Amino acid sequence: MRFAVRRTIFYLITAWAAVTINFLIPRLMPGDPVTALMGRMQGRIDSNAEESIRVLFGLDTSSSIWQQYVDYWGLLLRGDLGLSFTFFPTPVAEIVQQALPWTIGLVGIATIIAFVLGTSIGVAIGWRRGTWADALLPITTFFSAVPYFWLGLIAITVFSVTLGWFPSSGSYDRGMVPAWSWEFVGSVIYYGFLPALTVVLSSIAGWILGMRNMVVTVSSEDYVTVAHAKGLPERTVMVGYAARNAILPQVSNFALSLGFVVGGTLIMEMVFSYQGIGYTLFQAVNTQDYPLMQGCFLVITLAVLGANIIADFVYAALDPRARQEG
Amino acid sequence: MTASTLDVPAPTGAVGEPVLEIENLSVDYGYVDDATHVLRDVSLTLHRGEVLGLAGESGCGKSTLAYAATRLLPPPGLITSGSVHFTDRDGRRTDVLRQSDAELRASRWRDTAIVFQGAMNSLNPVYRVGRQIADGILAHRPGMRRREAWDQAASLLEMVGINADRLRDFPHQLSGGMRQRVMIAMALALDPQVLIMDEPTTALDVVMQRQIVEEIADLRQRLGFSVVFITHDVSLLIEIADRIAIMYAGDIVEDAGAEEIYRRPRHPYSSALLHSFPPLRGERRELTGIPGAPPDMHRLPPGCPFAPRCAHAMDVCREVRPGLTATALGDRGAQEAARRVACHLHDPASAGAHGLPPDLSR
Repeated sequence: MRFAVRRTIFYLITAWAAVTINFLIPRLMPGDPVTALMGRMQGRIDSNAEESIRVLFGLDTSSSIWQQYVDYWGLLLRGDLGLSFTFFPTPVAEIVQQALPWTIGLVGIATIIAFVLGTSIGVAIGWRRGTWADALLPITTFFSAVPYFWLGLIAITVFSVTLGWFPSSGSYDRGMVPAWSWEFVGSVIYYGFLPALTVVLSSIAGWILGMRNMVVTVSSEDYVTVAHAKGLPERTVMVGYAARNAILPQVSNFALSLGFVVGGTLIMEMVFSYQGIGYTLFQAVNTQDYPLMQGCFLVITLAVLGANIIADFVYAALDPRARQEG
Repeated sequence: MTASTLDVPAPTGAVGEPVLEIENLSVDYGYVDDATHVLRDVSLTLHRGEVLGLAGESGCGKSTLAYAATRLLPPPGLITSGSVHFTDRDGRRTDVLRQSDAELRASRWRDTAIVFQGAMNSLNPVYRVGRQIADGILAHRPGMRRREAWDQAASLLEMVGINADRLRDFPHQLSGGMRQRVMIAMALALDPQVLIMDEPTTALDVVMQRQIVEEIADLRQRLGFSVVFITHDVSLLIEIADRIAIMYAGDIVEDAGAEEIYRRPRHPYSSALLHSFPPLRGERRELTGIPGAPPDMHRLPPGCPFAPRCAHAMDVCREVRPGLTATALGDRGAQEAARRVACHLHDPASAGAHGLPPDLSR
């Protein structure tokens, strides 16, 4: 129990630090977002409104940095991330809220599939090392070695343009109204298949290779030999002794990659014009939309933290040594 | 290296009938033509109720012999010839090397259990020790309930002197000595007839070493299993073993009663090995060590592998590999007649004029 409390406190401090840095960085950056906005609006905003925009963005210089920090926390806790410049006057929270499920849904599921599939294949190959199955390794490594945008473009060329099996962009049939109907869900899966496939293809090699090597390493551990000597069925030895211990480093890597689900798929969402958080961030950077960037960064940071918390507790559940106190 | 002769005479004079007969066992490391021959036609017999010590320097093939005899040899180890016959309590004799996978799995741990070298690494770090003892029991008793297996694990722990509430501990919560005791308890779970102990005390301090060795001797008295005790510590072996086989470069070079080897070594290597360890009790003697290093198994010289390090080497030693035969002093009584040694000094034809050096003919 003390383990859980200690970890929770640790993560609360980390979250506070992340939020604080997120508050400070834009204030340390050169340039003034209000001037930038006025410039972009090219006179459509009355120059008298500048002061009210400053107040609106929380940039009124009259209040001290400490007061701004306190206000920032207050707004944050109410879920208010400010207003986007690009999609003015849509609140950032709303934009992020709309983009996030698409990314988490598509890339999250793809990452889980890659992890489960890759780890299982890795166990099988590692357990029977030196057989024909090892030939699978260079093939999968090839897909992870080629740049992702290239893989994505080739997938679009082959499966959308030439064969016409899948759509090349978007996340669902625009002719439909988003709803929890079979038709709509089917469309989402249909549109998401190609992006998901490329994500799985490009990341599965890491899982296979990592798991295979760990299984090979663990297989030569004495306790695996003991398990054989005890006459346990081969499946039990493979799953309960070899894979059970080999998976521990995989769990940490999985947590890290879950964190990157939110932020690391920028290129995929650009290639497939998928309306996720990565695409939103890309737009925000292009248009110097500071509040939106800040919101995206905050969500990404919290996602990485959240994934780490899960990994920590899963790891502790899997490895009794990690639970040890002191 | 084909083994066709199966009528290798077993050393007599030991207790009981044979329980484990290793005959002409050869093991290679590597699959290609230049494989390293790690064991070369090794024959060894373990009798019921006996403690057989297997001694020799690192890399002489002690552990390989144990792993090969139980078919636990990790790749690229390959058994190229030989047989390993196990005789169960009803007198049924089976060749372990020719068992099917299912038969092998069923017989493992029930016939022959093993306590491995590293007490630290022999237990799965993520399972409670109770579960690890119980899963071995359950694998061989399909109908048994988990609860019963755990109860049995508890009494096994009590037997090796560990409190039963330690069942719910993870391996990292136990000390090295306790872990080795858990391994011994685990090994005895199915009441095996042969217990192979591969350097069971090497990682432990001397006090713990002593306790474990006494524990094993005591349990053997009570349960009546046979032990193959592998170690490089000859003075420890003399304390616990009934009979000792000395290995060198993948061969057994001497096979005799423990007391016999200790007092009257017949092979120059046994003699040198004994002079490399301080005796645990008895008179002090000078420690000399053995000059040189064990040979490269990949490029063994022709003749006796010990010849380059041997103080008594003759010309014939560098040309002809000696076989395991009776000693030159076979007329000294039954014990002496039962001894086997692989050395040209004991062959009257080759030793001839030199005779047996005094330190080998006490």
